[in-house]
Amino acid sequence: MAQNETIQLDHGAGGLASRRLLERVFAKHLANDVLAQMDDAAVLAAPGGRLVVSTDSFVVDPLFFPGGDIGCLAVHGTVNDVAMRGGRPLYLTAGFVLEEGLALADLERVVASMGRAAAQAGVKVIAGDTKVVGRGQADKLFINTAGIGVLADGLELGASRARAGDAVLVSGTLGDHGVTIMAARQGLGLDLSTRSDTAPLADLVADVLAACPGARLFRDPTRGGLATALKEIAEASGVAMELDEAAIPIAGAVAGACELLGLDPLYLANEGKLICVAPAEQAQAALAAMRGHRLGDRAAIIGRAVAEKPGRVWLNTAVGGRRLLEMLSGEPLPRIC
Amino acid sequence: MKHVDPYRDPALCRELAQAIAKLCRRPVRFMELCGTHTMAIARHGLASLLPPTLEFVSGPGCPVCVTSAGQIDQAVALAGLDGVSVATFGDMLRVPGGQGSLAQARSRGGDVRVVYSAMDAVDLAQAMPGRRVAFLGIGFETTAPTTAAAILRAQALGLDNFSVLCLHKLMPPALAALLDGPDLGLDGFLCPGHVSTVIGAAPYQIAAERGLACVICGFEPVDILAGALMLLRQLDEGRPRVEIQYARAVEAQGNPRARAVMNQVFAAVDAPWRGLGWIAASGLAARPEFASFDAAKVFGLDLSEPPEPPGCLCGQVLRGLARPPQCALFGRACTPESPVGPCMVSSEGACAAWRSYRRED
Repeated sequence: MAQNETIQLDHGAGGLASRRLLERVFAKHLANDVLAQMDDAAVLAAPGGRLVVSTDSFVVDPLFFPGGDIGCLAVHGTVNDVAMRGGRPLYLTAGFVLEEGLALADLERVVASMGRAAAQAGVKVIAGDTKVVGRGQADKLFINTAGIGVLADGLELGASRARAGDAVLVSGTLGDHGVTIMAARQGLGLDLSTRSDTAPLADLVADVLAACPGARLFRDPTRGGLATALKEIAEASGVAMELDEAAIPIAGAVAGACELLGLDPLYLANEGKLICVAPAEQAQAALAAMRGHRLGDRAAIIGRAVAEKPGRVWLNTAVGGRRLLEMLSGEPLPRIC
Repeated sequence: MKHVDPYRDPALCRELAQAIAKLCRRPVRFMELCGTHTMAIARHGLASLLPPTLEFVSGPGCPVCVTSAGQIDQAVALAGLDGVSVATFGDMLRVPGGQGSLAQARSRGGDVRVVYSAMDAVDLAQAMPGRRVAFLGIGFETTAPTTAAAILRAQALGLDNFSVLCLHKLMPPALAALLDGPDLGLDGFLCPGHVSTVIGAAPYQIAAERGLACVICGFEPVDILAGALMLLRQLDEGRPRVEIQYARAVEAQGNPRARAVMNQVFAAVDAPWRGLGWIAASGLAARPEFASFDAAKVFGLDLSEPPEPPGCLCGQVLRGLARPPQCALFGRACTPESPVGPCMVSSEGACAAWRSYRRED
């Protein structure tokens, strides 16, 4: 592939150029027995158990950032949504909207990253689509993925299942992805030394479920962060949440960047962390399982579900104060001074 | 975070809160003049540590909140001009003027970019010689010297495509206007730490002379609680004066060099404040020798103030005369997603801070 080759409208026209793009980029990095059928639709053997299906679109700017890129994010984001319901992710579909003029090398870098992420997550990309739009009609590259997984019989997890007395856990430090993207997007000129935490979480969920079969729910706190996710869980379950700020793990570089920019790490996006709500008596087992996994070494019990004032999320601040957490309003914006 | 840990020590906070409770024998009201104080009080849940007899009210110290609707309209007009890129701090994006917000201007095709400093805007102008970059200069004496320095740098670089829409405001005239206005029922001021690094302690003397305690205060929980205790001690001794709690950053004479740069480039002019009206000599404009960097002059922008939105109590909230939930629009027509008044826009605005952190029921 020539260094300066770019996406042309022809690449989306369905003819020879489309075919070549498919072979040179997509099939090269995403190949597997199902995709190799090259038919209009993939034929899959029906797995035992129930299906878990999720879809998400990825429009992240910039395409490449410390710790990841839009390709691995598109894989992780969707397989994690499947995993949060307890599903074992098996298959992905991927739809691409490409802007005319996108460097072919950038597309290949993204697709190669998807291939690696899919292999790591144990999923096959089994169907896809590519559209090319004129320059200015999209921002470089958008990806939509759908994920299909299988759920073991008898396993019931969901946002409405938290009960008063349950423990609330997180699998690691919060805000790493959000701060990294914001710094990369704005060209801050600051060396924040932060990296996105993007990662597939299905193995971690499986480990926690093995140690803590009574786990009520998992949730990956992506956009809106921990505070928004817990508020949704509190409302859906009809309980209140009480969190201990001092127990919430936040990396030093993220905390420093948040101080500098006037951001609250509890509202920043994460792409490789999960929240688990578990019965109090199984909380230590869940914590130990998380800490035994490479993606959970900074896991912590950060609070509890309580019966009073359902729907609220309280934060006991590190200095001994108390305040409410609400859902994120609008996009987090840095302050002036 | 090691540098702030001593200022977030829970045991020290508890001790300070106990000392405050002991000394606060009657209802007292202190106004924090700075939005960062408003935010810190809310974020750390400090109100829950204080006795119910001690009330903090927010003053006109959030630079976004006091930017007038007409000034926002000027910025929106700039964003609508061909070949012009508006560079702004992020929290200006959603502030509504009479003609919408910069975020709306951007959605209509305007080139609006978020920057983190005035110097970033100069770099932008240097990188885009084919476009004219207008920076929205906003903030009090904390940020005005850096805007002045940016203009001097653009001049040194010979840039003819950089200008500043100067919306900067000065704290002492606003304080004087507050003191000369209706009785606010205050006992003292928690004076802004960042602004005071530049202006020093002298400008608050007018408040002390009128019997109001003044403490220049830092922004960490221990700073704020220590500041509240110092204010209470002044009241207890019956000797209101200006004290500096934030001595690690603020010197009594401020920063003469920063003031010199600010005064070299800018001169004081009358300026409109959201909710407070026009205050004499409370804004800044480029001096005649820097007129080619003055976006209002370069682009021939007029300033006309649209009427305040009906029902919006931001003006009273900014004077500490109303609490955010007393506004009929609060949390209903006016939310952070769809703000009517400016106090709901900036995270440091009194209404946004209240809604995010202090709402109890």
